[in-house]
This record gives sequence, C-alpha cells and structure tokens, in this order.
Amino acid sequence: MESNERHIASAFDRDLEGIQSLIMQMGGLVEAAILDSAKSLVDSDEELAAKVRAADKQIDALEERVNEEAARVIALRAPIASDLRTVLSVIKISGNLERCGDYAKNLAKRTSVLVQLQLPEGSSKSIRRMAREVEAMLKDALDAYLQRDAALAETVRQRDHDVDQMYNALFREFLTHMMEDPRNITACMHLHFIAKNIERMGDHVTSIAEQVVYLVTGEIPEEGRLKGDRTSYAAPD
Amino acid sequence: MVNGEALNMTHTDRIVAQDAPAAAGSKISAQDVNVWYGTAHAIKDVSVEIADKTVTAFIGPSGCGKSTFLRCLNRMNDTIDSAAVSGDIRIDGEDIYARDIDPVQLRAKVGMVFQKPNPFPKSIYDNVAYGPKIHGLARSKADLDEIVERSLRRAAIWDEVKDRLSAPGTGLSGGQQQRLCIARAVATAPEILLMDEPCSALDPIATSQVEELIDELRENYSVVIVTHSMQQAARVSQRTAFFHLGNLVEYADTPQIFTNPQDKRTESYITGRIG
Repeated sequence: MESNERHIASAFDRDLEGIQSLIMQMGGLVEAAILDSAKSLVDSDEELAAKVRAADKQIDALEERVNEEAARVIALRAPIASDLRTVLSVIKISGNLERCGDYAKNLAKRTSVLVQLQLPEGSSKSIRRMAREVEAMLKDALDAYLQRDAALAETVRQRDHDVDQMYNALFREFLTHMMEDPRNITACMHLHFIAKNIERMGDHVTSIAEQVVYLVTGEIPEEGRLKGDRTSYAAPD
Repeated sequence: MVNGEALNMTHTDRIVAQDAPAAAGSKISAQDVNVWYGTAHAIKDVSVEIADKTVTAFIGPSGCGKSTFLRCLNRMNDTIDSAAVSGDIRIDGEDIYARDIDPVQLRAKVGMVFQKPNPFPKSIYDNVAYGPKIHGLARSKADLDEIVERSLRRAAIWDEVKDRLSAPGTGLSGGQQQRLCIARAVATAPEILLMDEPCSALDPIATSQVEELIDELRENYSVVIVTHSMQQAARVSQRTAFFHLGNLVEYADTPQIFTNPQDKRTESYITGRIG
C-alpha cells in the first residue's frame, strides 16, 4: 500500500525525490553505455568505446551519491513503510545499475581488442541484438519504477528468459566456431565473455524489476519465472 | 444504535455478549466497544484481542480515541460522568464491567502509568507502599519492605533511591519520578500495565530507560502503551493498533505495520503524510 500524498514535512518529499532523480540519471547513463558499447563493437568504433569507458566514472560517482543520500535520509528522517521501501530500493537499484555500467565498460574494453581480429560472420550483430533487448528491459524497469507499475515490472522479469535464450544460442555458436577453426578462439572467447556479461546485465535488470514489485507491494516476488541459462550444464556433444 | 439511546446508558447497561470465552492466548478481549462523551462518539465498534506477556502499542492522531479506549480497560472512564461505554471487555474471560466487579480491585490488577509523572507528595517509600497497604497485600512491615524493594528494583530505580527512601518522591528527576510511578503501579502485583504516553515528558536518556524497563516488564505483564512517537511504538511493542476517528483501522504485528501497512490511512499517518 503506497500513498501518493505529500509528507507534512515537505523537505522529506524533496529528499526522496532528489535520490530518485539520481537513480534516473544513473539509469539514463547506463542505457546509453549499453547501446554505445554494443555499437562500438559492431562499427569497430574505438573512439566510441573509449567514450563508454570514460563515462563509467560518472555512473560510479552517482552510485556513491545515492548511497550517501540514502544514509542521510535514514539517519535524519527514520523512514518507515513505503518511505523505507523507497530508500531500500534506491540503494539496491543503484548497485544493480553500477554493475551494468561495469559490464558495458568491459564490453567497450574488449572492443578495442576485437577491432584487430576477424570476427565470425554476424556475431557482433547478435551481440547488439542482445544488448538492445537488455536496454529495452532496463528502460521499462525504470519506467515501472517511476510510475510504481508492478505489472510492467513483472513483464520485465519474464523477459529475462529471452535474453537467456539468446545467450544459450550464442554460446553454442561460439563453441562451433572454435571447434571449426582454432584461429577463432581468441575472438570467440572475448565474444563469449561479452555475451555472458550482457546476460548478467539482464539479471541485474531483473533484480531492479523485483525491487519495483517490492516497492509497490511490500513483497519480494516469488521465484515464479522461467530460467533460461542452461550453459552451466553444457558438455561436448 | 442511535445516540439518544446511548445518552441514557450507563456503563452497567452495556450489551453483554453471551459468555464469550476469552480467545486462546489473549489477556484482554474487547468486543464491539463503543464510547460516547455526551453526544460525541469517541470509540466506534472496536473489537480487539490483547495478548499476554506482550507489549501492545496504540497509535493514532490526537483525538482518535486511543487513550479513551485504554481507559476503558481499567474503567477509568467511570470517573467521567458524561462517558458511556457499551460492548464487552473481558480480562482472562471475566467481564470487567459486571455488576459484582469492584473498580478499585480491578485497578489493582490493571495498573496505570500516566503521561506526566504524578508521585504522591509523600516519601519515595510511601509512594510505593501505598497501594499494597490499602489492598492489604502486606502482612507485616518486613513484607511491605520487601514489596517496596522488589517494585523499585523491577522499575529499575532501586539503585538510585535505596539510600533516600524517606526523601519526597517529588524531589526526583522527571525520569526517576516516572520510574517511581511505574514501581508504584507494579507494587500491587498487577497483571496488566496501561501506559498513557509514559515518556512524553522525559528526555531521551530517561525515555531509553523507561523503554528498556517496558521490555523487561513484558516478561511478567501484558503491557498496553499509548504513544505519539511512532519510533517508540516500533521500538517497544510487538503488536500495534492504529486508531483513527474512533475506529480501529489496523491491528497487526509491529514489523508489519511499520514496513508494509495494509490500510492507506495507516500508511499516511505513520509516514507523516496528511491523511
């Protein structure tokens, strides 16, 4: 049960709105980092990759500010009920966003190696498709957060399954390329780490969606969603 | 029920539920309690089960009826001429508004501590000894001494006053006076302690001491506390009841109320929104 009414102490509203706008800023930067890092890979654009790596500092700095502000609100305002859930959720969401930023930065780092290598046909486009899907999920998760829309957050949670499927397919594909020609191994190892990292981003976005459900309903959603990453059980055929 | 009927009622005219058994584990069982002050309907159909050996907090804005309801539990409203109480209130299954119940005996069993420390203008010793004396709980001076010491220890004030038991109670600090009043309340061996904003006149240190004491008292008593401090309710109670405009809006485990209240009015009130 969440109240849309204003606090009698209006400074409390300003504090909570301030932290949440930091989250939105972080979210915008992370979305850009995901798309740009994938684009830098497809276009072999080292300049863009360098830009993504540099921009991660801003994301890290914002996470720190979110945590400081959250600690301040807890100390000074002793938030309870939905206010408490808001503060707890911003702390967790900023952590999830920061990790996504790190993965995007890592993708950009690998781009500068991969520009010098011959990539298997179509692989960078598959990576970008996966990155776009995760970015779209993140966008919806953040919209769900802003609008306190638990139903939208639930759809985001379910969509993580698609990302897992894409990762499974890429995993198989890279294995095949490596078996075909050992000269593919360096590129495919890097591409595989990239795919794995994007899959992990999907998990962080799912966690953000779960925080939205918690924020709105007061309950962490049950584990009732499809799990698609089966590569942990993959063995040579 | 219309107000006209209510106006003519006295506390002995209330509706009596037919031999309602006390719910398992509950110390106080209230059913359909209504209270009027003249034409003002202060408590509206409140039913609540209060557990034994538990601290139950009543919260709500001023005028919501929480203190009025608290005062029903030891018939303090009897002393207000315009007050009319209806419904059924039982302690251990016994109807406390029954004709054969002596309110004075009832109040020995259901002790009360008020907002402002109100020691008698007597010595510290006599403040505590007064209740046991009038209720004939001590057979000898030695008996009485023992009750006084035990009560002062229980109220966590013995070490501070043991060397000046004959000094006036009014000479103590506010926090000490309040703990003296708690010692006075426990001296008659009550089973239930009602506390009406016991810390609102105390500084933070004395408040912590009284809260610590409340937590200890829970071992032996059912404690019901009315408080305006949400944080205090969260700190000391296991169950919280939220009153609003004479209604009991929500009654649940304290962690539930303070993390995920189910009623919008509770949420608005405890988070400091206009509601």
